[in-house]
Amino acid sequence: MSIKVEVKNLTKIFGKHVGRAKELIKQGKSKPEILKETGATVGVDQANFEIEDGEIFVIMGLSGSGKSTLVRMINRLIEPTDGEVLIDGENLMKMDKKKLRDVRRKKMSMVFQNFGLLPNRTIIENAEYGLEIQGVEKEERRKRAKTALEQVGITGYDDEYPDQLSGGMQQRVGLARALANDPQILLMDEAFSALDPLNRTDMQDQLLDIQESLKKTIIFISHDLNEALKLGDHIMIMRDGEVIQTGTPEDILTHPANDYVEEFIENVDRSKVLTAGNVMIRPVTINVDKAGPRLTLKRMKNNEVSTAYVVDNKRKLIGIVDANDVIGLVRHDSSDLRSVVKEDVPTTNEETPISELMDDISQTGIPFAVTNDKGQLKGIIVRGAVLGALAGNEVSEFE
Amino acid sequence: MNSIPQLPLASWIDSFVDWLVQFTGFFNAITNFIGGINNAFQWVFDIIPIWLFIILILGLTFYVNRKDQRWSLLIFEFLGLLLIWNLDFWRDMTQTLTLVLTSSLIALVIGIPLGILMAKSHIAEVILKPILDFMQTMPAFVYLIPAVALFGIGMVPGIVASVIFAMPPTVRMTNMGIREVPAELIEAADSYGSTEWQKLFKVELPIAKTSLMAGVNQSMMLSLSMVVIASMIGAMGLGTKVYFAVGRNDAGGGFAAGLAIVILAIILDRLTQSLTRDHKG
Ligand SMILES: Nc1ncnc2c1ncn2[C@@H]1O[C@H](COP(=O)(O)OP(=O)(O)OP(=O)(O)O)[C@@H](O)[C@H]1O
Ligand SMILES: [Mg+2]
Repeated sequence: MSIKVEVKNLTKIFGKHVGRAKELIKQGKSKPEILKETGATVGVDQANFEIEDGEIFVIMGLSGSGKSTLVRMINRLIEPTDGEVLIDGENLMKMDKKKLRDVRRKKMSMVFQNFGLLPNRTIIENAEYGLEIQGVEKEERRKRAKTALEQVGITGYDDEYPDQLSGGMQQRVGLARALANDPQILLMDEAFSALDPLNRTDMQDQLLDIQESLKKTIIFISHDLNEALKLGDHIMIMRDGEVIQTGTPEDILTHPANDYVEEFIENVDRSKVLTAGNVMIRPVTINVDKAGPRLTLKRMKNNEVSTAYVVDNKRKLIGIVDANDVIGLVRHDSSDLRSVVKEDVPTTNEETPISELMDDISQTGIPFAVTNDKGQLKGIIVRGAVLGALAGNEVSEFE
Repeated sequence: MNSIPQLPLASWIDSFVDWLVQFTGFFNAITNFIGGINNAFQWVFDIIPIWLFIILILGLTFYVNRKDQRWSLLIFEFLGLLLIWNLDFWRDMTQTLTLVLTSSLIALVIGIPLGILMAKSHIAEVILKPILDFMQTMPAFVYLIPAVALFGIGMVPGIVASVIFAMPPTVRMTNMGIREVPAELIEAADSYGSTEWQKLFKVELPIAKTSLMAGVNQSMMLSLSMVVIASMIGAMGLGTKVYFAVGRNDAGGGFAAGLAIVILAIILDRLTQSLTRDHKG
């Protein structure tokens, strides 16, 4: 494997008395000490690491540990106080404005926590932004933007505006905008943190899918260790601007460098008790107040399922219907969908630990419906998804 | 108190204005330029028959509100313009409109770039802020005196005084609009390798548009509020009617002309506001 990005002694100090703070940092003083002595905030403290070509490199740390600052120095959105960033061996710090712009246009793209889509532009116009500013012909850039949108599964929304899409879809557009440039490096700053758990899992899976074929070098920031373990080929843990440990997920879990990292892992140990909310997937639902048997059948066909979940206008779960029963209704020209709804569906809520459901699910194979306290359907749990989630979670006790 | 001599502030300013007056050529050129814009507007307004003018305004209103039609506004405009015609204020109204449009146009052409500069440069902001405060709070009458000294009497000094008085909101709101563009969007623009100009035209200005247009709207209303004052130095229009009515103690005539100004103000205000609303157009 070749080295794609190399970071040497990268340092950022915010505020006044930067020169003095720089000396103190070299003497090995810590962030709180320097803040007290000079009033300057250490964003990143002499970070050193290497990122291999084609890997997902996850940076983790508590809030304020310098993750965003670090990633923004890699494309020089934040100008480093000291140190070097080498991309393919080329020193980013030595580049003039024009050369830097060129690197940003061709080599790396960024995906933002709150999507960073331009509200006055349509989806397709957002996706082609990077190409547009490079001066790519309209027809050509439309084509490439469309391909990128297809890659992330957004089709048919070209002329909508960002605020008409859900968060998950907006972030897909954000990702498409990054992919449209066909960059070698993707910088993703908590790109999935603003999404709800379902969308988040979807997006993680999709990123892994895309990565499978595109083999980008991805620098991914996260504060969620589960996410880091799932995505990362290497994980780097930061505290107070300092790099505490870099290694494979395995390394980090088995040889935590110090108490801080250990505490981090313990946190995941507790959260590794997966809950229903973590592994549920989106069911095919039918609104009984709106849909009749024919529409129901069509939706089941489109989604290739033989059972569908029936809810009312308020998304309250009523039960499930079987395709055969619905076909029966259609034959007899009946429109009373309710008459074939089976109401005895196993249900649970989002907080239930998976371990409690495991037995039932693996024995009967019947999915659980996940509802909230109002009885509204939030998702369903199927056997495959549970096993998948457990397999992806390397520290799982079920392994 | 008396031991401290009084500062000769007034005479300093006088000598400054006197000093400026020697650049007659320069000020003549400006006068001709502004006069040219003004005359062009007036020429167009004079050439259009009144009935066609009314139709055009109604059509424009209809067009800018095409997504969310406002019938009451259309009816108001129709009746209001008919009233102005009926009261025989039509030419005065177009003169006032010309004055407002010319000074708004100049305020916009100077104000928007200044606002951008102010948003981009801390130094520019520190320098411009007090100047803007000064421009806006100094009683507008005061501008008339040097305006006459430098630009003579007539439309042009009226326009100059209006521009000075009316420009600050455009500058301020442009500055504010650009500064309030979310940091993430600026980062997005930069991280994809936009040049400064691309960032300005593709991200900052479109996002600041609502705020910017609100500034233009305010500037327009302020320049309209200047028309009576400007009439004192010979800027013709509805303001002149009001000014003369004051001189003749003619309450009826004064109110009639005042009402015409109000009608014009409402039409201009609603039209520019609709332009603001119509984003994503
Ligand atoms: N523009 C700035 N001016 C001054 N201090 C800053 C600036 N940006 C960041 N900092 C400081 O630098 C440190 C690192 O911030 P950074 O945003 O990189 O943390 P983070 O790890 O991304 O945190 P989070 O998880 O909350 O996003 C913090 O102490 C922060 O207060
Ligand atoms: Mg951050």
